Amino acid sequence: MEAFLHQIFSGLAAGGIYASVALALVMIYTATHHINFAQGEMAMFATYIGWALIEQVGLPYWVAFFLTIAIAFVAGFTIERIVLRPLADKPVLSIIIAFIGLLVIFNALAGFFFSYTIKAFPSPFPTSPPFGNKFLSWHDLGTVGITVMVLLLLFGFFRFTPLGLAMRAAAFNPESARLVGIRVGLMLALGWGLAASIGGIAGMLVAHVVYLDPNMMSGILLYGFASALLGGIDNPGGAVVGGFIVGVAENLLGAYVIGTELKLSVALVLIIGVLLVRPAGLFGRRLVTRV
Amino acid sequence: MTSNQAAAPLATPLAKPATSWVTTGIFIAVLFALPYLLPVVLPELEGIITLKANFMIFQFTLVIIYAIAILGLNIVTGYSGQISLGHGAFYAIGAYTAAVLMDKLDVPYWATVPVSGALCMVVGFLFGLPALRLTGHYLALATFALALAVPQLLKYKHIEWLTGGVQGIVILKPDAPFGIKFMNADQWLYYFCLFVACIMFWLAMNLIRGRFGRAMIAIRDHPIAAEAMGVNNAMVKSMAFGISAAYTGVAGALGAIAIAFVAPDSFTVFLSISFLVGLVIGGLASISGAIFGAIFIQFVPNIADSISKAAPWAIYGMFLIAAVYVMPTGAAGLVRRLRG
Repeated sequence: MEAFLHQIFSGLAAGGIYASVALALVMIYTATHHINFAQGEMAMFATYIGWALIEQVGLPYWVAFFLTIAIAFVAGFTIERIVLRPLADKPVLSIIIAFIGLLVIFNALAGFFFSYTIKAFPSPFPTSPPFGNKFLSWHDLGTVGITVMVLLLLFGFFRFTPLGLAMRAAAFNPESARLVGIRVGLMLALGWGLAASIGGIAGMLVAHVVYLDPNMMSGILLYGFASALLGGIDNPGGAVVGGFIVGVAENLLGAYVIGTELKLSVALVLIIGVLLVRPAGLFGRRLVTRV
Repeated sequence: MTSNQAAAPLATPLAKPATSWVTTGIFIAVLFALPYLLPVVLPELEGIITLKANFMIFQFTLVIIYAIAILGLNIVTGYSGQISLGHGAFYAIGAYTAAVLMDKLDVPYWATVPVSGALCMVVGFLFGLPALRLTGHYLALATFALALAVPQLLKYKHIEWLTGGVQGIVILKPDAPFGIKFMNADQWLYYFCLFVACIMFWLAMNLIRGRFGRAMIAIRDHPIAAEAMGVNNAMVKSMAFGISAAYTGVAGALGAIAIAFVAPDSFTVFLSISFLVGLVIGGLASISGAIFGAIFIQFVPNIADSISKAAPWAIYGMFLIAAVYVMPTGAAGLVRRLRG
């Protein structure tokens, strides 16, 4: 029973990471209807920036944390403006090729600037187990807490601020939004910036667990995809729920059914399964196309 | 968004054959003479059986193999408009099929190639059946997941007796048959791969120009119109996936024979991305583009590697993005345009 509980709690902690990545994917999907294949590598690169700020510049963790989020925001904004904006009306294949291009560029840049050696990433949370239990660490608890906090902040932002409303309008109906004076292009770039920031948060939280190296996000990105699809790719809340479900399911399956070696295959089966059985996900909107 | 995700604006459907028969003939003749031309072009390679000459021939063998793989990817992505980011998986299946057959069952190397192709065709068709319900991003996502999962699947401990686990399988490089003395193993393999490639390219050309090819292109450009014209979309799309996987599987088998070694970590997601790079640089929906693309992915990393370990991929990435902007029809399209 204890081992079982342990699996559930560490699943929830992993789920927090998947939920953050899924949230970043959903941000870009709702705004542009594209799935960002470079999301994982962008997060990885942001994490390296955070690492450099902490270890090499010597900033305190939380200062570096927020500075990284800001840098990631600017980087995401710039990437949308420079790379993706000119491709807006190109076919899907061109855009996916550009995403893959970004993926390999960030991977190579990280290897070039920071080398391929594995690095430890600090955690801002105390190492002693909280409240004397042995099921989860402060870092796990902090991960879940930060994920939920990010979700609440995003919810508040989109629900209660004029800018959030404008971004929703731009994503929902670009043409009408433009007619009422919203700068749709700017809103899309802001969405990219937000997504890059959320990815950076996920990267910094997970790097403490999986250690920092240029390929650290590939498996996590796959689980992020699975979470986003399971929750509904156009539903931020669904993505977070999906993340926690996937995290717990992955840990339980890994511990009791198939072993840890096939974890990525679980994500593959999950992705294909959701796409086939329920393409809209648990909480997504069913998409109807007029022909 | 309609389901017309295709590469449509990127491609010139059913253009007249890009190269005439004469140029094609000369090109093939040069390819066949290549092992003997190398010492002439590069005098420092004098004395054919030097290590360096053999290595160069080996590199050209790989170019041919990659060309077959990229041609396969082109059938599904360029012509039938389904985006696959996971063709490295079929390459891996082909390679492992060949290696296991040679290692465990002592099947002669040449016989493993059609078996690999057939097996990949079945696997590709079965993967294509559910995948055809997916379009655009979702298919890219599913195949991307496949590519990421493959190394892990190959290492799975319950099939280790078959695949050799992390260690992989070492196989013997075949010698020239019939006791031929004037050809060493590398040269023989070059000719063997070239022979297979000629057959595969010839088949592909006929496939594209025939009824099936037209059906694929019709589905890519307008799936609903194609369906209305009596094309069985589901069947054609799955078949396209299967044929494409068969091509990549054949390339994988040849690759395993040429390198004489297979291991899970040779088949990461970056292999699939290499094929995509070759496809985009070479030219979507172009037969000859596969050759340009293969030359690019074989030689550019070698040159870039001397700068830094990270340089090849940085260059790949920049070329990918640049190609989308300035060269949407790839090298083959550029050649077509230059010839007017």
